[in-house]
Amino acid sequence: MRILSVLLQVIIAVVIAPLVSGVIRKIKNNMRMRKGPGIVQPYFNLSKLFYKDEVVSRNTSWIFKITPYIVLSSTIAACFLVPFFTLGNSLPRVGDFLVLIFVFGIARFFLALAGLDAASAFGGMGSSREMFISALVEPVAILSAIVVSLNVGSTSLEAISGNLGGLTVSSVIATIALFTVLIAETSRIPVDNQETHLELTMIHEAMVLEYSGRSLAMIELASHIKQIIFFAIVANVIFPLGGCGIFMSFAFFLAKLLIISVIVAFIEISMAKMRLFRAVDFLGFSFVLSVMSLVAKTIGI
Amino acid sequence: MNYFNINFSLLFDPLSLFFICVILLLSFPAAIYSVGYLKNHYSPKKIVLNWVLFVLFIGSMILVVSARNAFLFLVAWEIMSLVSYFLVTFDSHEQKAVRAGTIYIVMTHIGTAFITAAILIMFKYANSFEFESIKHACGIMPQGLRNLLFVCFFIGFGTKAGIVPMHIWLPYAHPQAPSHISSLMSGVMIKTAVYGILRFIVVILGIGSLWWANLILGLALLSCFVGIMYALMDNDIKRLLAYSSVENMGIILLGVGAGVLFLKMNLPILAVLALAAGLYHLINHAIFKGLLFLGAGSIYKATGTRDIEKMGGLIKLMPVTAVCFLIGALSISAIPPLNGFMSEWLLLQAFFLGALNLMGGWKIFMGLIAAGIALTGGLAAGCFVKAFGITFLSLPRSKKTENAKEVSGGMKFAMIFLSVLAVCFGLLAPFILNILTKISAFIIGVDVTAVKFSFNNISAFIPQSNAYASASLLATMLILGVIFVATFIYFAFGKSKVSSASTWDCGYYNLTSRNEYTSTAFSKPFRIAFSFFLKPYKKTEKIRDSFYHVKSYKYEVFTTPVFKRYIYDPILNLVLKSAGQMRKMQPGSIHLYIAYIFIAVILLIIFMYRI
Repeated sequence: MRILSVLLQVIIAVVIAPLVSGVIRKIKNNMRMRKGPGIVQPYFNLSKLFYKDEVVSRNTSWIFKITPYIVLSSTIAACFLVPFFTLGNSLPRVGDFLVLIFVFGIARFFLALAGLDAASAFGGMGSSREMFISALVEPVAILSAIVVSLNVGSTSLEAISGNLGGLTVSSVIATIALFTVLIAETSRIPVDNQETHLELTMIHEAMVLEYSGRSLAMIELASHIKQIIFFAIVANVIFPLGGCGIFMSFAFFLAKLLIISVIVAFIEISMAKMRLFRAVDFLGFSFVLSVMSLVAKTIGI
Repeated sequence: MNYFNINFSLLFDPLSLFFICVILLLSFPAAIYSVGYLKNHYSPKKIVLNWVLFVLFIGSMILVVSARNAFLFLVAWEIMSLVSYFLVTFDSHEQKAVRAGTIYIVMTHIGTAFITAAILIMFKYANSFEFESIKHACGIMPQGLRNLLFVCFFIGFGTKAGIVPMHIWLPYAHPQAPSHISSLMSGVMIKTAVYGILRFIVVILGIGSLWWANLILGLALLSCFVGIMYALMDNDIKRLLAYSSVENMGIILLGVGAGVLFLKMNLPILAVLALAAGLYHLINHAIFKGLLFLGAGSIYKATGTRDIEKMGGLIKLMPVTAVCFLIGALSISAIPPLNGFMSEWLLLQAFFLGALNLMGGWKIFMGLIAAGIALTGGLAAGCFVKAFGITFLSLPRSKKTENAKEVSGGMKFAMIFLSVLAVCFGLLAPFILNILTKISAFIIGVDVTAVKFSFNNISAFIPQSNAYASASLLATMLILGVIFVATFIYFAFGKSKVSSASTWDCGYYNLTSRNEYTSTAFSKPFRIAFSFFLKPYKKTEKIRDSFYHVKSYKYEVFTTPVFKRYIYDPILNLVLKSAGQMRKMQPGSIHLYIAYIFIAVILLIIFMYRI
């Protein structure tokens, strides 16, 4: 029974994942007084790509071919670890918050390899920068994960997401730090820019530049799913789950996603992308935030 | 007391047996590998010499970890050092090998001197070299002396372990030996230093003060960072792996240090967990670093170079080596579901629980160490994306690499064997963790039969933090996920047509391997962001046809070896300078020498009748 409800939750998360990106884009366009495409545009993009033929570089190896499958399946596997909108609906005994952070490493490692595989300088540049940014994000992610776990005495995501009435100064600061992790990991402004295809500034997009058709669709779907996972975690730390029925919690979940989308969209339109070494300062700032949250936890607030 | 009337009996307690297992686990594939590796590379005479040294090397390592008394330990330790010196200088026609050997033998003997001093001090108290009586004597020593012994042991074993700042010999010596020896040196020889620390500091000396743990943790964290930073910058594949060994020794000692700290803080279960995580990483590092060094050896054998800037595209030419190296790279980067992931997760759990149970500044200290582990983990992933990506992917960057051939069967077998082990040690984590818990409980001397860190032998389970991690379930999910995704997409969208074309070249002419991203370029962001430590500098040279036209442009970038420049070079200069001063005493005049003898005799007479 539990496996079915877990599966259902994962399917819902995967299905609505592209919608979140569509909503963010719509909000951004409206804030900029533009009309923009509808919120279901990401679905159209994905289905267009899924039906398209692929062009693969002659220089590539099997790493390039298996990467989209590994990226998508590891991201879907990560979904099983996360309670999205009800408690008790993640796969038990597989992993905790720290494992989740490690699981994202699988997709990143293979994407970076695939970037190098096509013998293009753009891909290499993207891989190098992605690994660089992720190395700096990692301590922030782990430290803020540890702080929110300290609040409940467990690193289990179920416990963290179900921590009703446990909102403290430390968990708020840690959530802000996690939010900066979210920005960096989902390649958003100011660390990266999803919309750019300017060779010298793109990071994530440069890595996947050689992908087309179905493979590109898989990688894009995976980044939508990764985004919804991060949104869910950040939302559930601040607004914990539990205490209401399944439909209400689903409605709350959508509301939480909308709030975070508005914040992300607002940051995206009000800032410019930082150049790579300014992003270091940004991530340094978020590390300071996570240390502050640890200090706050230590003095008991 | 007759100093030579010593007991040659051996000791096989769980601590010794664990290390013997690790040594044998890696010796087996290394031996098989060496057959293929040495063939056509060395003369038959050299091959015989290699086997003699190889057997002596393994034997001395086993003797080190199974000696029952300190004297035998020292003898075995010295044999191990000397044999490994001869193995480092195995290519004795190369100037570099001799130089590396010299640095190694000097550094290792400085370490041995400290260990010998400490053991002699212990002997003075215990009147025996037997471990039991020394342990007894250590209980009644004054605190100051115990501190001194700790420092001596830590410097001595830290030198062998390659802990910063005593690490400088490691990146010279390890790459220079033949690859199967490099894999043994990095995989197991430096682990004997961990054995030394556990045996002499934790078991025999007992934990004295809290600052011991702080010193171990601090230097271990520094080693993690320094090791991986230099590994990222390096383009020599074997030196890169050697620097990464410095990092991994740091991670292992973080586990040991945390164990010591928690024990002193009266948290025995956490101490057992932290030490078990350290031991787990120790055995994992032996497996994947052994594997990576064997892979590097295969690459060297096939291409004749160790410079990864000259490699590329080897995945098509050496498919088996590529898969094995990839598994090694994945597990050293702590990618689930391989073994490196499990040990790093356990270590993070240990520090999380430390932060949960300790108060005040300790909480922050634990959190910062966890962040440090995460940073080095991220940098290690970057480093091994570089190592694998530049070496195996894209197009070959030199003629030699284009003609590379896959290595022979024995070498492949050795690498596949270790790859399988790397996968198994991830999937079977709960079993291994249970065994390691018993071993570390023995080392620390607490009873933890009530605590089990596993659930149904599927998930590793930490009851204190209610946290699970299961590599086997994750692996199943990944495999099922790939199958599901592939079939779902196939049935939903049909078969897709894949056509091949050249890489996007911005409408330029055809791309060649000269347009690829290089290893130096890959590490550039790291070099700039961490320039406060690396202090990079570059040399550029323009070769001109005429004033207006630059024919070619040479660009070289270097990083300042901070420890060599600011610690070792000044010391070395001081030694050389004082030796130069001393030389003035020896001008070659026999009259002066007779005067010296005369003065010495008078001084001796005064000395003898000084009372």
